[in-house]
Amino acid sequence: MRRQRRESRVHERYLRHSKKFPNIWCAGCGIGIVLGAIIRAVDGLQLDKDDVAMISGIGCTGRMPVYVDFNTMHTTHGRALAFATGLKMVRPEMKVIVVMGDGDALAIGGNHFIHAARRNIGLTAIVVNNLTYGMTGGQYSPTTPIGALATTAPYGHIEQPFPIAELAVAAGAAFVARSTVYHVRELEKYIARAINVEGFAVVEAVSYCHTTLGRLNRWGTAPEMMRRLKENSVTLKQAESMSEEEKRGKIVRGIFVEQEIPEYTRLYDRIIERAQQRTSLQVETA
Amino acid sequence: MSKFEALTGNAAVATAMRQINPDVVAAYPITPQTSTVQTFADFVADGLVDTEFVCVESEHSAMSACVGASAAGARVMTATAANGLALMWEILYIAASNRCPIVMSLVNRALSAPINIHCDHSDVMGIRDSGWLILFSENGQEAYDNLIQAVRIAEHPDVLLPVAICQDGFITSHALERVEIYDDADVRAFVGEYKPQWPLLDLEHPKTYGPLDFYDYYYEHKRQQVEAMEHAQRVILEVAEEFNRKFNRNYGLFEPYRLEDAEVAVIVANSTAGTARVVVDRLRDEGLKVGLLKPRVFRPFPAEELADALSHLKAVAVMDRSISFGAMDNAGPLFLELAAALALHGVQVPMADYVYGLGGRDILPHEIERVYRDALKVAETGRVERRVTYLSVRE
Ligand SMILES: Cc1ncc(C[n+]2csc(CCOP(=O)(O)OP(=O)(O)O)c2C)c(N)n1
Ligand code: SF4
Repeated sequence: MRRQRRESRVHERYLRHSKKFPNIWCAGCGIGIVLGAIIRAVDGLQLDKDDVAMISGIGCTGRMPVYVDFNTMHTTHGRALAFATGLKMVRPEMKVIVVMGDGDALAIGGNHFIHAARRNIGLTAIVVNNLTYGMTGGQYSPTTPIGALATTAPYGHIEQPFPIAELAVAAGAAFVARSTVYHVRELEKYIARAINVEGFAVVEAVSYCHTTLGRLNRWGTAPEMMRRLKENSVTLKQAESMSEEEKRGKIVRGIFVEQEIPEYTRLYDRIIERAQQRTSLQVETA
Repeated sequence: MSKFEALTGNAAVATAMRQINPDVVAAYPITPQTSTVQTFADFVADGLVDTEFVCVESEHSAMSACVGASAAGARVMTATAANGLALMWEILYIAASNRCPIVMSLVNRALSAPINIHCDHSDVMGIRDSGWLILFSENGQEAYDNLIQAVRIAEHPDVLLPVAICQDGFITSHALERVEIYDDADVRAFVGEYKPQWPLLDLEHPKTYGPLDFYDYYYEHKRQQVEAMEHAQRVILEVAEEFNRKFNRNYGLFEPYRLEDAEVAVIVANSTAGTARVVVDRLRDEGLKVGLLKPRVFRPFPAEELADALSHLKAVAVMDRSISFGAMDNAGPLFLELAAALALHGVQVPMADYVYGLGGRDILPHEIERVYRDALKVAETGRVERRVTYLSVRE
């Protein structure tokens, strides 16, 4: 079946036009591209806006929910997944999309990230990985590459970065994918799939911050950094036939895991059912 | 020789940190503190200090690392604001109870929610009872001076408590002002070398910090914290006296301005005191007997001294940049504490509270003038019409 041609201004129907436009993002930033991909993914799935919640922490990425007409909550730095867990427990039928920066998700909120994955609660976690704390001015984050300059590492970074997708796989997430803000269609496709997953789904959207880390490291303008994402990334399939040496420094794109494992709120409902059955039995025999 | 530099409040604080040359700094970025630690990170990278700089992954970890380093015997500093301070909360108590003389630059910013990055004092007021000493600073100069003194106060053997030095987020942390920077050697001589009394790393004499302590001794340990707080006021004054002599300044527990012959006064901390001073001069030109009292030391609260300083007045207006929700009349914490202090020390003067500037809302001279004119009316009638006013808010 041929897909219908999409209306060109689909975003317009999802933005809160009364709210703080123009947005706060620097011209050329990748975060807007991720937001666009999320909106198109939701639109493609024909979800009702009122059935979608978007929760964020703090950071440039954290600003996303301000602009969209879903149910939104702008929480505190690092705690988006914890707030979202509460929401999902009460409204398990809701599609809960959690947007976080790499700092938000893996530094200050790293604990919530691995435990949400371990628990396999049905949230869609979208991590915009720009390799730095963008909002506070280019300090190193848990994904900053070794050797890069950061405002807190003026002579080069010496800590090992977290590979977000691989970490999520190891922590037990039901769905994990990685793409970049250059590969917009692919990103949109992964986000749509992630939203449809029953359990904890992670999409790592590799982006850049030309304003802070990019400038510090002379990585060029936004389009130049975008080109790097294109030239520096390979698909999972391509990566399979590459040596470790060849893969070094490459962004590997693709779906890393997609598995059916019991989702937390469903398991929880079953526990409630079981407990209620037992108490009603007890009542009967009393 | 000292020299004058054009510095932001944060840069002044970072300069003090460079001169103090602490052993360990652990911090996490948060607006409007970030540039302090970032500037300091440059000093570390450039080898201008010998500090171990720990870039942790949250403020909770920052304060935890500070406590660990302090217990090990290091001179430790950090900086934060608003939600960063809130996230430290658990460990703030541990720092004070373990008697860790950590010095923190606290750049006051409104607590979420809703999210706001601008100045108010809701952050610091949340740690009133934590056991930290708390000092206010009107501008970059005072933040710089207070930070240097804080090291001496915190590490004094009769005190051994952590100290938070406050200044107003953006208003002074980001404003470029003229700051007198003293000679490095003079500052180093003033702060001296830290000789920890009970360092964890003294392997000949093993120690333990913070173990289980139930109904047997916990209470005594809290009582000792009270004693340290009692000593703190004396020590703050001693350190100030030495500092004033050496650097030609005039620090005390608070700063009166044209208060001596005043009939009414405003009490306001941090940067707004600067605006209020201008208003005082203007009203004095009209022949009105108005004055100002700017608190410097908030913890320990100098109740008796404040009562003394205000006892001759006919009306007092307190300005609070935060609300103590659900407290008496939903007033601000400064008002509540001052009202109690005056009452208990037998000073009967009509008082009103003016909450202002929450979330960074600007406070203008004409608004402060209104506060003075209200107070003058109260002085005349002896009656307070309205106990708490929320200035410049849409109601
Ligand atoms: C408890 C707390 N600590 C620190 C901050 C300051 N802060 C705001 S955003 C941010 C980092 C943002 O980096 P990241 O999460 O990677 O998102 P980005 O801005 O890069 O999208 C920090 C440290 C805060 N808001 N709250
Ligand atoms: S600072 Fe960086 S991450 Fe933030 S909006 Fe600008 S480019 Fe994007």
